[in-house]
Amino acid sequence: MAEIKTGEAIPELRITPDKYLTVRYAGASGDYNPIHIDEELARGVGLPGRILHGLWTMAQVARAQTEAAGGPEHLKRLSVQFRGMGVPEQEVLVSGVVRERSDGHVLIDTVAEQAGKQIIRNAEAELEL
Amino acid sequence: MPVNTKAIGKSYEPVTYAVGREKIREYARAVGESDSVHLDVDAARAAGHSDLVAPPMFAVVYSAPAVGPPIFDPEIELNFAMMVHGGQEFVWGPVVIAGDEVTTTASVKDISESDGRGYYVFESISTNQRGEQVCRGTWTNIVRGV
Repeated sequence: MAEIKTGEAIPELRITPDKYLTVRYAGASGDYNPIHIDEELARGVGLPGRILHGLWTMAQVARAQTEAAGGPEHLKRLSVQFRGMGVPEQEVLVSGVVRERSDGHVLIDTVAEQAGKQIIRNAEAELEL
Repeated sequence: MPVNTKAIGKSYEPVTYAVGREKIREYARAVGESDSVHLDVDAARAAGHSDLVAPPMFAVVYSAPAVGPPIFDPEIELNFAMMVHGGQEFVWGPVVIAGDEVTTTASVKDISESDGRGYYVFESISTNQRGEQVCRGTWTNIVRGV
């Protein structure tokens, strides 16, 4: 992070959620909304199948920042907008660009996409280094 | 049908969550964290923490018990079946460590309507056992067809 300048990208984060990830995340987070864990129910309400938890995807955006910064204590703010939906078994790509940096304060524009479609957009992260 | 805005400003009972080591590990694994301060007590101590460090997004876990009730508050009349999570912001203070007791208070920050959508914005303020604010969450839920 020390060497990333304004206008430059942070390292990309790529992760492919496996078939049962949403079940493990439901247990870990306490969000048991069946659209994330029940394939039949999800299709019944017009979804393509079980979808990822938006907050899991946000956690990937957070992780891209903390890994770039070198630890969880550096992330001071993250705001995101959820759009569309993520699905299991397809790679999620988080990217970000440093918009501003002064002293130890860094502002990053960041997004998460899957198959070329943004599932988290207009996200903004603030780091303190 | 206009949205019901009379609950703006309403706040709910604080809920205290005891942060456990194994819950941090379970959460960290589910989100793919590989930083050893979330998984290995010795590594966390070597990095200057007294125990495992919760990932920032663990805020979801300790604030969830407090942010559930407003969504289902009959006074707010939020149509849960038509709700999507539109946006989320967290602002973090000191890191949360295994053994901490985090108390979260939720409130209704705003309710508004635009183009047939209802915007329900809830805020959560979480403090640790020393009274330090560890997180402020802003939860924006959008309800279609209000």
